[in-house]
Amino acid sequence: MAMIEIRDVNKWFGRFHVLVDCTSAVDKGEVVVVCGPSGSGKSTLIKCVNGLEPFQKGEIHVNGISVGTAGTDLPKLRSHVGMVFQHFELFPHMTVIENLTIAQEKVLGRGRDAARDKGLSLLDRVGLTEFADKHPGQLSGGQQQRVAIARALAMDPICMLFDEPTSALDPEMIGEVLAVMQDLARDGMTMMVVTHEMGFARNVAHRVIFMDQGRILEDATKEEFFGTPRSERAQTFLSKILSH
Amino acid sequence: MGPFDYTVLVPSLPFLWTGLQFSVHLTLIAMSGGIVLGTLLALARLSGPKPLSTASAMYVDLMRSIPLVMVILWFFLVIPLIIGKPVGAEYSAIITFTAFEAAYYSEIMRAGIQSVSKGQAMAGYALGMTYGQNMRLVVLPQAFRNMLPVLLTQTIILFQDTSLVYAIGAKDLLKAADIAGKNYNRPVEMYLFSAVIYFVICFSLSALVKRLQKRYAVLR
Amino acid sequence: MGYNWHWGIYFDKIKGGEETYLSWLITGFGWTVAISLCSWIIALVLGGLIGTVRTTPRRWAVRLGDAWVELFRNIPLLVQFFLWFFVVPELLPEKLSLWVKQEMPAKEFITATVCLGLFTSARIAEQVRAGILSLPRGQRLAGLAMGFTLPQTYRYVLLPMACRIILPPLTSEFMNVFKNSSVAFAIGVLELTFQARQMQEDSEQGIETYLAVTVLYFICAFVANRMMVWIENRTRVPGYITAAK
Ligand SMILES: Nc1ncnc2c1ncn2[C@@H]1O[C@H](COP(=O)(O)OP(=O)(O)OP(=O)(O)O)[C@@H](O)[C@H]1O
Ligand SMILES: [Mg+2]
Repeated sequence: MAMIEIRDVNKWFGRFHVLVDCTSAVDKGEVVVVCGPSGSGKSTLIKCVNGLEPFQKGEIHVNGISVGTAGTDLPKLRSHVGMVFQHFELFPHMTVIENLTIAQEKVLGRGRDAARDKGLSLLDRVGLTEFADKHPGQLSGGQQQRVAIARALAMDPICMLFDEPTSALDPEMIGEVLAVMQDLARDGMTMMVVTHEMGFARNVAHRVIFMDQGRILEDATKEEFFGTPRSERAQTFLSKILSH
Repeated sequence: MGPFDYTVLVPSLPFLWTGLQFSVHLTLIAMSGGIVLGTLLALARLSGPKPLSTASAMYVDLMRSIPLVMVILWFFLVIPLIIGKPVGAEYSAIITFTAFEAAYYSEIMRAGIQSVSKGQAMAGYALGMTYGQNMRLVVLPQAFRNMLPVLLTQTIILFQDTSLVYAIGAKDLLKAADIAGKNYNRPVEMYLFSAVIYFVICFSLSALVKRLQKRYAVLR
Repeated sequence: MGYNWHWGIYFDKIKGGEETYLSWLITGFGWTVAISLCSWIIALVLGGLIGTVRTTPRRWAVRLGDAWVELFRNIPLLVQFFLWFFVVPELLPEKLSLWVKQEMPAKEFITATVCLGLFTSARIAEQVRAGILSLPRGQRLAGLAMGFTLPQTYRYVLLPMACRIILPPLTSEFMNVFKNSSVAFAIGVLELTFQARQMQEDSEQGIETYLAVTVLYFICAFVANRMMVWIENRTRVPGYITAAK
């Protein structure tokens, strides 16, 4: 059974049709990269997966639980779907370690010490132990994003969603964040990643989804996608992005 | 007192109208005077010689930290002492509100002047303008334009504040309603009615300011 | 016009009484502080609640909050005092109305506190709303994405930051409460402004009277300001740049 299953999803913002008949799936342990031009609906699609955006038609199941159905315990579902944002979205008034423990305590009901131990071990994993008692505003962008990934991991997620995790970063910081994500992938985490980092896609992804104007135009294995994309749009997009 | 009786409103309308006229006059005079005086205060503070700048800052801060009612009482007491003869509550109110609102308008104009980029003033000087020309022709028009919604909002507050002339017995809308209420022995209806008038005027004006602000947001 | 200065006036006895004018001023100061602090608490609680509600996805609650703010913002405070004092008791059921008019203890004080509290709550609601809306949209999403419920997201993520952001405008609002409490003289609360007018008439030493009262208002404003700045410094977030004061 697929970890994330997206079937015929349609979404409108008012009269604007953002997502058109989107269908795809992410298997357990699979890494799927979503790419496409700006405004094509990538962020919207990924936010639909954990119910941050409602959608009007179609179905999304995460680990067998339907997201769009009324009555689904969304907070509970989200608590084990990790999400990483373009602008990190750490909570600025809490220290780094508090960022990592607050939801463990308040959502999962873990004890203080257990939460703190878990948080510290994850900070160690992303190489930021010495920043535990700093505030996010005192960290660089790359460090903040690594903390954000650790914060998501602290909830023991069954899968992770990334929305352009490196596009707000200075070039010299992109590498450190991608390295953390690469490690995660190698450990078998199920990941859905919106990114324009084609190097990451080539090295780590199993499949690539290409979106344009709200439609999924390509949904292929990495080899197929980088070999000969079937749609013209994807070819133009790729040539533009790779020539950078 | 018995159930509400709104028939008393009709005969008192002319009287209330006179009161409302005074409220509006007071607002308009204090607005024009206050903006002119306030702009001068802001200029003195921003680019005047040190003593003038300090004096301006002190005046503004003083006015802004005393309750308006106290300022009204102060002026009503002190003006006759200075000019040597009693003045009517209405004249006293006009002087008070102009002087008081100048402090608030001055803060708005100061922010407005500072919102105009340094480059604009530079460009003016580069064209050979004097300080006065530069302010009058380049900086102040832009400052005024940028701050128009805020100036108008302050004026709505000013209009509401004029009701405080009650403290010295000047006959504005509220005082008129007060008197009419006593004459007809219907204070409840009269207070309610004056509240409705104030609300309708202020609500419509602030709706207008909101629309203006939206237009500005697009223009920027 | 001549003016007879008499700086000892504060210690003189009032006409036909045993108290000194100073005791009038002290009473006035006490009532001013009492009304201001009590209505400030009402305003914080209600304003915080209404301001927060106005940022939720609940349409009807947002409308209600908007109406609340518009209502209290577009009627002069003095008129509101009259409404609460003269009009509202008439709208109550007969028995309650009679009780309020004839028996309610500290009628002026309670009326003034409720009036000023609700008036200020509308202004605080506006600031709280602006504070929450000024946070990046992603903060709300990040809270929800971690499994927080909407109330938890407000409690742990949005409100703590919003409160810090609105501290400077709240400071001036706190100072405003003291200034606005002066309007309560009109319904006969024995606060500073009431005492100022009474002492002025009784002693005919207007300047000395108003000067003392003005100084007392200054003290209120100053202490209020220091308190808020102290809170601001205590809650400052390291590395987070707030707008310069
Ligand atoms: N809340 C909203 N209301 C109305 N339209 C929206 C909203 N959010 C997004 N849109 C529109 O939906 C479209 C898709 O937005 P989305 O953010 O999903 O694009 P994207 O593929 O992530 O683009 P980018 O690469 O720029 O992040 C865009 O045209 C955007 O303007
Ligand atoms: Mg996006």
